[in-house]
Amino acid sequence: MNRATGPGAIPRRRFGSSIGFAVLAVPLFAFIAFVLLLVGYLVANGIGVLSWEFLSKPPTAGMTEGGILPCIIGTVLVTFVSLAFSVPVGVFSGIYLAEYAPNNLLTRAIRSSVRSLAGVPSIVYGLFGVALFVNAMNLGMSVLASGLTLGLVNLPWIIATCEEAISAIPSSFREGALALGSTKWEAIRRNVLPYAFPGILTGVLLAVARTAGETAPILFTGVTYYTRQLPNSLLSRFMALPYHLFTLATQHDKIAEVRPVAFGTALVLVLFVLLFDALAFVIRMRVARTNTWQV
Amino acid sequence: MSGETRIAIENLNLHFGANHVLRDVGFNIPANAVTAIMGPSGCGKSTLLRCINRMNDLILSARITGRIVIDGENVYSPRVDVIDLRRRVGMVFQKPNPFPKSIFENVAFGLRIHRLGDSGEIRARVEKALVQANLWEEVKDRLQDNAFSLSGGQQQRLCLARAIAVGPEIVLLDEPASALDPHSTAKLEELIVELKREYTIVIVTHNMQQAARVSDHCAFLMLGELAEWGKTEQVFTKPKDKRTEDFLMGKFG
Repeated sequence: MNRATGPGAIPRRRFGSSIGFAVLAVPLFAFIAFVLLLVGYLVANGIGVLSWEFLSKPPTAGMTEGGILPCIIGTVLVTFVSLAFSVPVGVFSGIYLAEYAPNNLLTRAIRSSVRSLAGVPSIVYGLFGVALFVNAMNLGMSVLASGLTLGLVNLPWIIATCEEAISAIPSSFREGALALGSTKWEAIRRNVLPYAFPGILTGVLLAVARTAGETAPILFTGVTYYTRQLPNSLLSRFMALPYHLFTLATQHDKIAEVRPVAFGTALVLVLFVLLFDALAFVIRMRVARTNTWQV
Repeated sequence: MSGETRIAIENLNLHFGANHVLRDVGFNIPANAVTAIMGPSGCGKSTLLRCINRMNDLILSARITGRIVIDGENVYSPRVDVIDLRRRVGMVFQKPNPFPKSIFENVAFGLRIHRLGDSGEIRARVEKALVQANLWEEVKDRLQDNAFSLSGGQQQRLCLARAIAVGPEIVLLDEPASALDPHSTAKLEELIVELKREYTIVIVTHNMQQAARVSDHCAFLMLGELAEWGKTEQVFTKPKDKRTEDFLMGKFG
């Protein structure tokens, strides 16, 4: 008699199946609960200080009062500078790798280097940014130097997602266009890129979310503890949300008094990141509905 | 008219890396007729078809010697512009490959690329191509629908319309019915026979009944070698080559 069909075997198999389900599901739910707890804790402690004034005023009275406007502007500005650099470079590189690069040792080496760069600790990028942008290129500690450093952090992610989005387009679209007498570039531009665009955009939005929260790359390249003015050029120093949070949470001499402001700052940063993640999610859902060839 | 040679294939050899795929293939394809390339799977018939519009150029390991002469010019001569060649030699693939655009834009795709006419002219040419492909009546009220909403057989006729819209003289069909049901296949075959009045048609098929139904001439390929070619009637009733005979008897396939 075999084990699967013997008397009592089926209840035993059912029980085994339930155990399997639990083993797989419990860690997931535990993780989700943890994330919800974190966000809930932030909201509970930070919502009190959120107000129009908090978002539109600079810090006052030694940061114990006022708002975080310079930090929001600084973060938006460096994020924008980083994208202005990393999106064109990343997208062009991704197109080249996916469509033009010959499949040889060099290309494979480049591809795996890109993957490895994505895993380099961001403090390493920060120090590299000091050496290259701040010192060698003489940009000083500035929005520009920080933005470019963040751009380097983003670049491998954007190249990789862009290449993947393009490679996911069926080759029959390219072949069909070529067989009608289009050039290779026409086939790519008209019959590949439009369909890869949502995937590329998702990658860029996720990069935005990551950039906004990075602290190490801006630490030595431009961010400042406190400045009375908003940045008035790309060569100004600036305040930023993640660094402001770090300052308030660990460096301030009146830690207890600035705690509510710190929670508010954390909440704004998390909402900023969630906004872009949500946007990426919505685009992904829409694509899943409209890309009918992905059966 | 029929009988006059449109495409002459001469001493064609093709290697993919170390693999000798086509061996000294040579035969003539007559104008305004349907020529079938038959043979068991893996014999190189699709590869041969893709030599005619130089789609094998895309495969880096492919090495081609010999000539394919269309209108007195070798398509592999450096003077030939491959973009223009592919406009003159249309192709329909084995699996219907509509683009994820509207039905109208699918057919207009080639016209836009080659800048053939303004929007009014494009509309007229799209309609003409859809009529020729026997699809107009079925889609005229839903030209803006996504091409993926069509059935498999309709998709394949759409691909045919897309190929003939740019005004080719030759149409290559690579097992166009292999993914279709019998009813759609019959419709497509009827269409192929109709289209030979205007185009020179080359069809690859592993289905010998289909070759017998649609073709005027046929070539039989076996392990990369041309076993036999001639009028379909003659090849089917009085094959000269033992291998053709065995294939027709169903000894392999």
